[in-house]
Amino acid sequence: MNPLLLWFHKLGSPPYFYRLAGRFLPWLYAIALITGAIGLYGGLVVAPADYQQHDSFRIIYVHVPCAWMSLFVYAFMAANGFVALVWRIKLSEVLAMASAPIGAAFTFITLVTGSVWGKPTWGTWWTWDARLTSELVLLFLYFGVIGLYSAIEDTRQAARAAAFLALVGVVNLPIVHYSVNWWNTLHQAQTVSLMGQSKMDASMLWPLLTLAFATHVYFFASLLTRSRVALLGLESGKEWVRALVNARTGGRQ
Amino acid sequence: MEPNHDIAPLLQARALTYTRNAEPIFGPLDVSLHAGEVVLIEGDNGSGKTTLLKVLCGLLEPSSGDVLLHGAPLTLARLSHQVALLGHLLGLKMELSTLQNLHFAVGMGGIRPGITPRLALASVGLEGYEDQPLRTLSAGQKKRVALARLLLVPAALWLLDEPYANLDRTGIELVNRVLDHHARRGGAALITSHGAYAYTSGAPRRIALKTAA
Amino acid sequence: MKPGTTRAACVALLRRDLTLIWRRRGDALNPLLFSIIVVALFPFALGPEQATLARIAAGTIFVALLLASLLSLDMLFRSDLEDGSLEQLVLSPHPLSLLLACKIAIHWLTTTLPLIVIAPLLAQMLYLPDTVLPVLLIALALATPLLSLIGSVCVALTVGMRRSGMLLTLLVLPLIVPALIFGAGACNAAQAGLPFTAPLLWLGAWLVLALVLAPLAAAAALKISLT
Repeated sequence: MNPLLLWFHKLGSPPYFYRLAGRFLPWLYAIALITGAIGLYGGLVVAPADYQQHDSFRIIYVHVPCAWMSLFVYAFMAANGFVALVWRIKLSEVLAMASAPIGAAFTFITLVTGSVWGKPTWGTWWTWDARLTSELVLLFLYFGVIGLYSAIEDTRQAARAAAFLALVGVVNLPIVHYSVNWWNTLHQAQTVSLMGQSKMDASMLWPLLTLAFATHVYFFASLLTRSRVALLGLESGKEWVRALVNARTGGRQ
Repeated sequence: MEPNHDIAPLLQARALTYTRNAEPIFGPLDVSLHAGEVVLIEGDNGSGKTTLLKVLCGLLEPSSGDVLLHGAPLTLARLSHQVALLGHLLGLKMELSTLQNLHFAVGMGGIRPGITPRLALASVGLEGYEDQPLRTLSAGQKKRVALARLLLVPAALWLLDEPYANLDRTGIELVNRVLDHHARRGGAALITSHGAYAYTSGAPRRIALKTAA
Repeated sequence: MKPGTTRAACVALLRRDLTLIWRRRGDALNPLLFSIIVVALFPFALGPEQATLARIAAGTIFVALLLASLLSLDMLFRSDLEDGSLEQLVLSPHPLSLLLACKIAIHWLTTTLPLIVIAPLLAQMLYLPDTVLPVLLIALALATPLLSLIGSVCVALTVGMRRSGMLLTLLVLPLIVPALIFGAGACNAAQAGLPFTAPLLWLGAWLVLALVLAPLAAAAALKISLT
């Protein structure tokens, strides 16, 4: 086996993953906190006010990174779900299911901040604009995955069923997105693109990218925390968990 | 037919275990089943007999160990031509007549040469019940219809979950006769029982199933 | 020994399910009554003005029929699960996706097709303009099989649960949003005198995709929830 494959194989073993994740966690949280603070300072204090939207535009520093994360987490969850279904790797099941509530939270924040931004800009709390509506459907998809996962008693079977649903959602999401676009478009066109020329001023852009980075790191930190807990539950009968508990309690039962 | 131990067994389980939510259900267990053999799995309620049968027929995935069919790993697709499962739920439709149920089973699974649904019904003692809706039969009679289904479909391997439950003395004898007949023509069967009824004729191999706690 | 052909298996399954549905033909009335009652509630809520009702007619009928067939979807595998037939179906030597496609087809023919047949009646109740009615019927004929197909995947995922009704709704509705948008959208466009073929074509394309993929997905989902 080549070294990379071997490393993946090793990573897939719950005790190894548990230890490794435990070592990374403090660093991830620290990086997320620091870059998040820098990005927020840059966005809320340093960046100039928008000449049309004044200070209300600053909510994009929360809204846009969360919107990106809502899609990224879904893709991450579906990818892990695919691995879990095809190769039946327990760790992938755990990762997929641990990311669902985090993704739902990001989606929820996106919707709330979008609606808070909509009040001064559009004059209403909610607009049936295409991207907000797609985001709402995405939130329902997340709820479906979480609901299915918690409704099935056998944890591993539940994870496989929910992962399958996430994959069905991936096939369906482009259709949902397209149909909703056809249905209505009010939202301002996309203004940030990483590849092409960005229409945003650099002084406004760097805090946004910093915060996007911070949310990614935070997601992985939160994901690892959740997965560690889920692994302990799933493997509670195994020797390594017992050893871990014994070490914590000093052998007392 | 005497079991021939030189060829690969029809069904073999090696170090088979099954756990649900980190709780062991059964195992580790080794079973091998040759053509012409009837093996009785004995165990108390909750010892995992039903789960074992589901693992053996590929409906459930074992937590560890493997199941071999003719010496090769089992998959649902390979297995289904050769196995007939009779579970707690008989898989029969209460609204349909006995004959309609059997015709459906033949349509789905094919038929052995030299037998018809009517003959199968007669050989389980249900002659004259052909057009009765299943709903009107007693629990034991429903079980007999399910046995008639086993006689019809061309599966060499039978997995029977508590075949003796709900049966009277003649019913139990019927099950034994059907099992003997199946073994003599080269079939094999794995049956479970919690011990209150017994497979009487011959000396089937017995395996005791204990919880792995 | 004759293992039996897949064709024979499909025929046997179709015959058995049709017989069963015929024996319980009274049940087939429930979705019809449900959709009529739902549609009848709207005039009570919105007032009897013809203009108001005509404007919302197509959308209301669409939603009512989708909900009615969604509620009946729950029964797709229910009785088969309860008497053990579903296990036998999974263990049968034939492609499960094909057998499930038969079951989905029967379900659509026996519960949803009658709903489309009474759609003109519902349209009259809400004063839908006669010119829009053909578009509504075509849109329903394309959108409801989609619901049955996509719904069957979700039903297969929830099959082992006792109370799956609400959860099933939660799973299916987000996935079916495009069918509603395109279907009701085509009707609204027709009502406004705008071109309406594009959304219908999209609906058709999506239906073709679902016809191929959904039975396979339903089979995979069913194996996940039974194993």
